Amino acid sequence: MADQVLTIPDSLSVSPPQIADETFLERLHGWVVTVDHKKLGILYVLYSVFFLFVAGAEALCIRIQLLRAHNHFLSAAVFNRFFTMHGTTMVFLVGMPILFGFANYLIPLMIGARDMAFPRLNAFSFWLTAFGGLLLYFSFIGGFGLYGVGSAPDVGWFAYAPLTARAFSPGHSTDYWALALIVSGFGTLGTAINIIATVLSMRCRGMTLWRMPLFAWLMFVVSGLTLITITPLTAAQIMLLIDRYLGGHFFDTQAGGSAVVWMHFFWIFGHPEVYVLVMPAFAIANEIIPVFSRKAIFGYPAMVAASAAIAFVSLGVWAHHMFTVGMTSVSNAFFTLSTMLVGVPTGIKIFNWVATMWGGRIRFATPMLFCIGFLFQFLLAGLTGIMLSVSPLDWQLHNSYFVIAHFHYVLVGAIVFNIFAAIYYWYPKATGRMLSERLGKWHFWLFLIGFHITFDTMHFLGFMGMPRSIYTFEPDRGWDRLNMIVSIGGFIQGVAVLIFAVNLVWSYYRGQPAGDDPWDAWTLEWATASPPPEYNFATEPVVRSRRPLWDLKHPEDPDWRYEQ
Amino acid sequence: MSTISLVPLTPDQPLDLPSRGRVGMLSLIIGESAIFTIFVVAYVFYIGKSLYGPTPAQVLEVPIFNTVCLLSSSFFIWLAEGSIEKNRMRRFLLWWSTTICLGIVFLVGTAREWLKLIYHDGLTIRTNLFGTTFYSLVGLHATHVVVGLLMLLLVLVFTLTGHVKESHTERIQVLALYWHFVDAVWVVVFTVVYIIGR
Amino acid sequence: MGIGFLLWTRACFAADTVRPSSPINIFAPASTPASEIYHLTLFVFAITGAMFVVVAGLLCFAVFRFRARKLYEASEPPQIYGSNQIELAWTVIPVLTVVVLFLATARVIFAIQDAPKPPAALDVTVIGHQFWWEYRYPSLGIVTANELHVPLSHLNHPTSTYLRLTSADVDHSFWVPQLAGKTDLIPNRVNEMWIDPQRPGLYLGQCAQFCGVEHAKMLLRVYVDTPEQFTAWVKDQHRPGNQDPSVAAGRRVFETQACMNCHTVTGTAATGRFGPDLTHFMSRSTLAAGAAVNNAANIREWLKSPDHFKQGSLMPAMQLSDQQLDELVAYLSTLH
Ligand code: HEA
Ligand code: HEA
Ligand code: HEC
Ligand code: CUA
Ligand SMILES: [Cu+2]
Repeated sequence: MADQVLTIPDSLSVSPPQIADETFLERLHGWVVTVDHKKLGILYVLYSVFFLFVAGAEALCIRIQLLRAHNHFLSAAVFNRFFTMHGTTMVFLVGMPILFGFANYLIPLMIGARDMAFPRLNAFSFWLTAFGGLLLYFSFIGGFGLYGVGSAPDVGWFAYAPLTARAFSPGHSTDYWALALIVSGFGTLGTAINIIATVLSMRCRGMTLWRMPLFAWLMFVVSGLTLITITPLTAAQIMLLIDRYLGGHFFDTQAGGSAVVWMHFFWIFGHPEVYVLVMPAFAIANEIIPVFSRKAIFGYPAMVAASAAIAFVSLGVWAHHMFTVGMTSVSNAFFTLSTMLVGVPTGIKIFNWVATMWGGRIRFATPMLFCIGFLFQFLLAGLTGIMLSVSPLDWQLHNSYFVIAHFHYVLVGAIVFNIFAAIYYWYPKATGRMLSERLGKWHFWLFLIGFHITFDTMHFLGFMGMPRSIYTFEPDRGWDRLNMIVSIGGFIQGVAVLIFAVNLVWSYYRGQPAGDDPWDAWTLEWATASPPPEYNFATEPVVRSRRPLWDLKHPEDPDWRYEQ
Repeated sequence: MSTISLVPLTPDQPLDLPSRGRVGMLSLIIGESAIFTIFVVAYVFYIGKSLYGPTPAQVLEVPIFNTVCLLSSSFFIWLAEGSIEKNRMRRFLLWWSTTICLGIVFLVGTAREWLKLIYHDGLTIRTNLFGTTFYSLVGLHATHVVVGLLMLLLVLVFTLTGHVKESHTERIQVLALYWHFVDAVWVVVFTVVYIIGR
Repeated sequence: MGIGFLLWTRACFAADTVRPSSPINIFAPASTPASEIYHLTLFVFAITGAMFVVVAGLLCFAVFRFRARKLYEASEPPQIYGSNQIELAWTVIPVLTVVVLFLATARVIFAIQDAPKPPAALDVTVIGHQFWWEYRYPSLGIVTANELHVPLSHLNHPTSTYLRLTSADVDHSFWVPQLAGKTDLIPNRVNEMWIDPQRPGLYLGQCAQFCGVEHAKMLLRVYVDTPEQFTAWVKDQHRPGNQDPSVAAGRRVFETQACMNCHTVTGTAATGRFGPDLTHFMSRSTLAAGAAVNNAANIREWLKSPDHFKQGSLMPAMQLSDQQLDELVAYLSTLH
């Protein structure tokens, strides 16, 4: 498919905003002090893409070290820092901010609002998050004090007690881990509050809750979930710091404290957290799949209900990360059941997406390709999740590469794929230029191939008994060849991501002008200019259905005739 | 300019949207409740698990007076809310300062309790699990009281300089919501620490 | 892509069951808990596999059948907004699947976790240390390290082994895939698991909970002995520590350096408990939890610089002279 801009009916064309004459410093200043949700959204995305590279580079170092048995690329200590930083960065500095970035950019546009509910809180949250990230990486220099050797956190992203106690983790690396995440956690909390208030209080006329785009709906649910999941982590980390700095005993097993309590606290956060990450990815799919299938989303109310159900059920499944800590058989059975039940609402979503594509006219532009990849991979990842939820099976597979495979299938195969889809889809809106489709296709296929080479193979390493978090392995285990394959796949992904980076930069200057509505889409953000003016809409829009632009483009057959 | 007025059809029934301040504060309260829940769970889990003394029964006294002060402050701030709504600024000032005084009395009470525990009973945060969980939970609550008081004081200053008007009722009520929350948390903390945990 | 992956799964999986390509494969069970899990695994694979085939099939069909002929077509397909019947169907079917999966799982959970303990069972206490294993046999009065010996069990008269797991420092996890699923070793807490190995031989595994720098080299070796072998081993372990006068020099080094603060050799002044018990050190075939083969050269290297095999192990390099090293190696080599 050539680079081709999809045009839309003339009725929507508007003039591009004029670019003001500013010096570089003025522009920079403008970005730093901005409270505009669009600029903040872009800052979030750039920040996360940057850290995607950093954490991706760490992953590649991990893969070089595991290329073969007894490799000496990284020392044991450095390897442990790298996988901890890789996991922590990917979850907290890539996944969360990028998804909140999209929410920031899009929600006001989608609901026809001028800005977020609390613009200044919004800016504050971003800078808190950014500061948290820098603090985390500062540990490379400051972990043992500026004069000594640096040391990043090396206790795993789950930081199980009592490995985090002063006795086992001297220096300050663990403090950096806790402090950085507390700080960025407050940023996240602020953003979540902001999104909730925006969705509830800032909608344009006619935009009832049941007419909100699903994207806004899911972000609303996610923000609600964030309120009650990030905070337990903050609480637990405060306890950890009390232990480390004030000599408390929360997790001090020598003084009667319990290591298992930390696990509970961490996973009460950690499990819902993975849905906090994946639901924005769903939100993206909810926008992209219908537009490229040329059909309304199938079962809108069911999609909303399923999201709420996932959020609700996900609060009661955390102990499936703890099947091996010696819970009673009844608890194990309970958490097996509750975990499996999450599959039901999630299944509804998958089926509804397939039904949306069913009978449509699917256009395989890059965003849609990534979304189709997401559907396949998420299906498989969900099913491996179900296998892990079978607790006896988990006794075997827990902390093995099968788990690593499972969650990369979701985190990369679902979330990162959808993040890429979203960037290809909304980049024209944010910059006024299309990303190159040709590079996009290269990016997609290479990333897809690399992804499958890497993460499909990991499942087998898990079956073959390879534990995670090991910096090296014995040659007699028969893991050599598969590890080599995994590492090669990692590098293919690396190349794909580099192509993506090139595309981002090249298209910014040379991409085809996008026009306001390049994809012939239906939600309000496509009704304003690309990039949108600072005030978003000159007059407040009024909507009558879930797809206002559809109504506009198809006056003979508008949606509101069919919606209750 | 980039404008499209979308569908100038009959505008739907105007939406009755909740105030964003109130929504924001309620969200914050939900988040904070989760933090407190974790600390309360930790406290309850570790009741009686200390390896060495002192135990709560030996050293804790039930702070009835303190509790009465804090809980009644909720009542006074409610009166203050009512006054500003009806634009009775003097009354508002009165009730508002009463609330602040009661908050301060509460804090002083806590400080005295801690003083006794530390210097008389030798219970610090590092003594045992009870000390760790007690100071953290009560301290977390006290921190919230301090933050609340600072904001109340800010409003007091602005009221004295004549910057607070009836039109600020909404914001005052949002702030009061936070204060009510802090009080409600105390009920939980009180029950857990001084009744169940003793 | 999806179908390909499925076929691949099947192929590798079949190959794995026939000819274990790794010595620590979960598909080669040799003990009841492991084989119960194995059979459950097959069942779960069948159900989730079927699910995958159906849903991925529908998805592939949709993608191929409903692709747009041109990138941009003027007309739009008919809009369908939902269907209550269909949506109900794909809610109910998964619910039923979940019920089936759950019942099968619950049966295995209870069968393994709540199995009655046979009277003839052997008790072993396993204590995790950064980064080695301590084994205590309270009924036999044996303390050893890193290599676990358990008796063979017969289905008709099981002599299973019950492990009581705890930790001296941080969390670890005991995982020998062919014998059973893993169970964590957690300080200030005792967990239980059991095995009843039915084939003699050596079973490998390793610590499966990240426990610090050398987590990767906290390897596990379980010897399943025939009754005769096991009795002989027990007898061996009951002998007191070596008093061979020909290596008195080495013993003196051991007892004058810090060694004795951390290591025990029964019958001597050395009663330290921070490191592995060395009384029958030479009965083990590896050094430092599987980090190296146990031979004189490696022992010497280990004593000179433990980091050589295990960077970050908690045994310090003792700065010994060459002569002291030789004497020590000679001494340690007599600890059979
Ligand atoms: C975005 C991230 C994400 C998502 C969405 C999920 C989704 C799921 N996860 Fe996963 N998981 C992680 C990220 C994620 N996970 C991470 C990061 C870890 C490891 C953390 C660590 O230890 O570091 C982990 C670990 C993990 C474990 C613990 C493994 C271990 O450490 O031993 C378990 C166990 O139950 C599990 C289960 C599940 C299940 C059942 C789902 C379900 O939500 C899946 C639901 C989807 C489907 C089932 C597919 C579609 C449904 C149908 C087609 C309908 C019909 C199907 C049925 C009814 C069966 N996950
Ligand atoms: C969103 C989350 C996310 C994402 C996207 C990824 C992406 C990847 N992850 Fe990660 N991973 C986690 C979350 C994530 N991971 C978590 C939570 C853990 C657990 C940590 C823990 O146990 O504590 C983990 C652990 C983990 C491990 C296990 C470590 C261990 O236990 O020992 C491995 C091993 O292979 C791995 C590999 C990869 C690879 C190859 C990618 C690839 O997909 C990455 C692809 C991207 C790139 C390659 C970036 C491109 C950059 C460049 C091209 C720059 C070029 C520069 C150079 C080459 C120097 N990850
Ligand atoms: C500070 C404590 C400490 C001191 C002192 C110490 N060791 Fe060790 N030793 C350990 C620990 C801990 C291990 C286990 C290391 C591991 O496997 O990670 C160990 C392991 C060993 C082993 C391997 C045991 C096995 O079962 O594989 C030998 C042999 C050994 N030490 C001998 C010595 C000798 C000889 C000295 C004195 C010169 C000595 N140790 C001094 C702590 C110590
Ligand atoms: Cu012990 Cu990992
Ligand atoms: Cu989970």
